[in-house]
Amino acid sequence: MNPLTLSWKNQKDRPLQMLLTLLLFGLGVGLIALLISLNTQLDEKFKNNLAGIDLVIGAKGSPLQMILSSMYHIDAPTGNISIKEVKPFFNPKHPLIKLAVPMSLGDSYKSFRIIGTTHEYVDSIFKEKVASGKLWEGLYEVTIGATVASKTNLKIGDQFHSSHGFADDGINTHDHGDGFKVVGILNKSNTVLDQLILTNTQSVWAVHDHEAEEKKAPAAATEEKENDHATGQEDHTDHDHSAHDHTDHAGHDHDAHDHSAHQAAAPIIKPLTDYPDKDITTLLIRYRNKKDWRSLNMPRSINENTDLQAASPAIEMNRLYSMMGVGTDALRNLALIIVIVSGLSIFISLFSSLKDRKYELALMRVMGASRNYLFFLIILEGLLFAILGYLLGLFLCHSGMALLSGYLEEAYQYEFSGWRFFKEELWLLGGSLVIGFIAALIPAFQAYRTDISETLTTY
Amino acid sequence: MLRTRQLEYTYPGNKTITFPDIKCEKGSQWLLLGQSGTGKTTLLHLLGGIRKPQKGKVYVADQELNNLSSTALDQFRGKNIGIVFQQSHFVQSLTVRENLQLAQTLAGHSADPGRIKNLLDRLNIDDKINDRTNRLSQGEQQRVAIARALVNSPGLILADEPTSALDDENCKEVIDLLETQAREEGATLVIVTHDSRLKAFFDHKIILQ
Repeated sequence: MNPLTLSWKNQKDRPLQMLLTLLLFGLGVGLIALLISLNTQLDEKFKNNLAGIDLVIGAKGSPLQMILSSMYHIDAPTGNISIKEVKPFFNPKHPLIKLAVPMSLGDSYKSFRIIGTTHEYVDSIFKEKVASGKLWEGLYEVTIGATVASKTNLKIGDQFHSSHGFADDGINTHDHGDGFKVVGILNKSNTVLDQLILTNTQSVWAVHDHEAEEKKAPAAATEEKENDHATGQEDHTDHDHSAHDHTDHAGHDHDAHDHSAHQAAAPIIKPLTDYPDKDITTLLIRYRNKKDWRSLNMPRSINENTDLQAASPAIEMNRLYSMMGVGTDALRNLALIIVIVSGLSIFISLFSSLKDRKYELALMRVMGASRNYLFFLIILEGLLFAILGYLLGLFLCHSGMALLSGYLEEAYQYEFSGWRFFKEELWLLGGSLVIGFIAALIPAFQAYRTDISETLTTY
Repeated sequence: MLRTRQLEYTYPGNKTITFPDIKCEKGSQWLLLGQSGTGKTTLLHLLGGIRKPQKGKVYVADQELNNLSSTALDQFRGKNIGIVFQQSHFVQSLTVRENLQLAQTLAGHSADPGRIKNLLDRLNIDDKINDRTNRLSQGEQQRVAIARALVNSPGLILADEPTSALDDENCKEVIDLLETQAREEGATLVIVTHDSRLKAFFDHKIILQ
């Protein structure tokens, strides 16, 4: 009978007490591990997605909101800016700006956002390539992120219709005349790119123009856009989205018809600067030289002298962290308190069990156990609690994280893994053992000091 | 086997008891009698190395107990002295078999299932081998306690009022068992008691005043 078996049997003999203590310990450890996992993964994702963007320019509003919406695709955008306002930034000879990438937040498809931008967003900012197919070229062509492809089962050549806004509530699904057509799928990059549907800015405009026109009085719309649109309108009304049969395209004349009409109306090769009156949502900027004092001054001068708003992602994210930090600190302290209380409960559990087992311990001395053996035995019982509690905690954390990851993915547009392990968890094991040891110290010392003769005569 | 010389013990209240010298040959069986308050249990604890005398010496198998360090004494006791107490206590979380195994391993021996089975057989409680000790009757518990005292084949078996909680029938049975088992093992047996029912069973008696 080795001491470990004996400690285990001793604890197993008091299942309720053990369960309570383990649960408490497991909750504390699990909460801390969960915070570590969440924090680390969030931090990584945010850092990955900074992607060397020095400045974001958009409509006035909350700078944090602007950053979150245009870089992390979490929040709603602050508004739109017209191209003529930002035209100077597009100048390839701009002394400070190396890269200016327009972002137009459009609709969504199955809660994945459709973004109008340029190829530079993929090539220069994220330095990614397509896994299959190609980057978008013509109007309504889209290239989709790896996660979009896997979650929606969209394949190259598939067409789909977008919904208004970012919520996929099934109510706002509209037929914007044409469907978007998938022409490429991006490599998995573990960035927000995985979650996006990318197209050119003009496609986003086209969808919205189309929609705007549809909202006007049908008569006016027909006048403005001649019969081409009228046909589209007519198609729209008798077009049953849910019953739409993709194999039936040939018989369904509207597709081919509309396509050619749109392409004729908007040859998309023209640069954005040719549309000064159109809007985009934000502009992502990379400086030529970050340390140039003029670069450093640029955001302030934009904010003070124009109707635009400029914000640095690094600064805004730090601000967000320090705000979130209060919450995570509070949670972490709470978890620490739980762990300490559970350490206390290990102590109480051992201490009270020792009262009942005093005679047992004296008896073990009579049978040949030394003082050190008893000390070691009780310490072992404390450590046993700690290890089992730790394992329970890790299980709670990782299965909790696996459950949470679905929700988090929706909220943050990132994938979280429940089954990633961090080296901090080893530290946590060390910490648990220390707590188990300390909790067992006083009871163990008491066991060590048991006076055999006195115990045997009193009881 | 067991010798004492000028043994004296002083209690915390400064009450001192002087014990008569004892000399028990190997394999002999003794009854240690005395009224309560004469220090019977104290003497048993001194003989078993559970308590240290302020004066005098205890020799078990020619080893003077006071000369041993605390840990060595624990080991020595585990190997050479088996003790049966008035109330039989066991490690609650363990079964009969596990309690006996524990006695073996704590004494520094390896667990010997054959020895355990054999002992329980001889004591006629082998059907309780996998029971928790708290589910046994008083008589059965006392028999397991005897088995535990015997399991390491000690040279000396000490019993502290082993029959006081038992009825006549169980009393006779337990004493019979103690006597025969000690004889079979060749162990010296010292029973501390004020139970006059036992007087008839033993020739050697030490009387404490």
